[in-house]
Amino acid sequence: MGQGFFLLFAAASVITALTVVLARNPVHSALALMACFLQISAIFVLLEAPLLAVIQIFVYVGAIMVLFLFVIMMIDVREAVLQRFLPGGNLPALVLLVLLGVEMLVLVLWSDRFSVAQPVVTHTGDQIRQLSKTLFVDYLLPFEAASVILLAALVGAIVLARKEQG
Amino acid sequence: MVPLWWYVVLAVLLFVIGAAGVLIRRNILIVLMSLELLLNSVNINFIAFGRYYNDFRGQIFAIFVIAITAAEVAIALGILVALVRNKSTLKVDDVTMMKG
Repeated sequence: MGQGFFLLFAAASVITALTVVLARNPVHSALALMACFLQISAIFVLLEAPLLAVIQIFVYVGAIMVLFLFVIMMIDVREAVLQRFLPGGNLPALVLLVLLGVEMLVLVLWSDRFSVAQPVVTHTGDQIRQLSKTLFVDYLLPFEAASVILLAALVGAIVLARKEQG
Repeated sequence: MVPLWWYVVLAVLLFVIGAAGVLIRRNILIVLMSLELLLNSVNINFIAFGRYYNDFRGQIFAIFVIAITAAEVAIALGILVALVRNKSTLKVDDVTMMKG
């Protein structure tokens, strides 16, 4: 059953990701990206990381995509819609991407390190408590650094988007 | 139970699609969205490995990646708004002010 759900969510996320890249209208891209994030959060649920799934929905779907849609609303995207999108316009980039994808797939399928079929040890409940203990005891300094980075980004974004004085 | 390499292959596919968006599309908004896709594919890898090797650090790092991504998007969209105000274009190729 888990395999069927995984295939469903994976196929949906790949299709929506392709829509993000191929859609001509940025609004369509943003909505497809939102759908893709929802599929990825479902995959997090399959991986038994419910906290990460909720954070994914809150932060990505709730905050980041609303930010994107606000910016799309504020700027004029009609010119971008009319822009011709050439699929074969950038041949070296396409070749590089195909090489990258083939290389990664070959390495993943070649190695037997990724063929683990079962988790090494199954979780014994109370997962979020253990996770928060790890986060707030062992990784307290990176956590504080991340909060300072977020504060700096907040101030920086306000300063950048403000109109020039005078 | 799903084998680990399925997750890794899914992450590879999403990574390649996101890289295609960054390298091929010329619209700044689409490039930023593709960056989000790249970071998300890496998150799938972190959480899958953390789950299969029973290590919480995968989830911890995914949380940090999400936090830094939020900061990055806020800054990038602020720069984008300032850019569009000064020079009304959305194409990456038109932004060559820093070129000597």
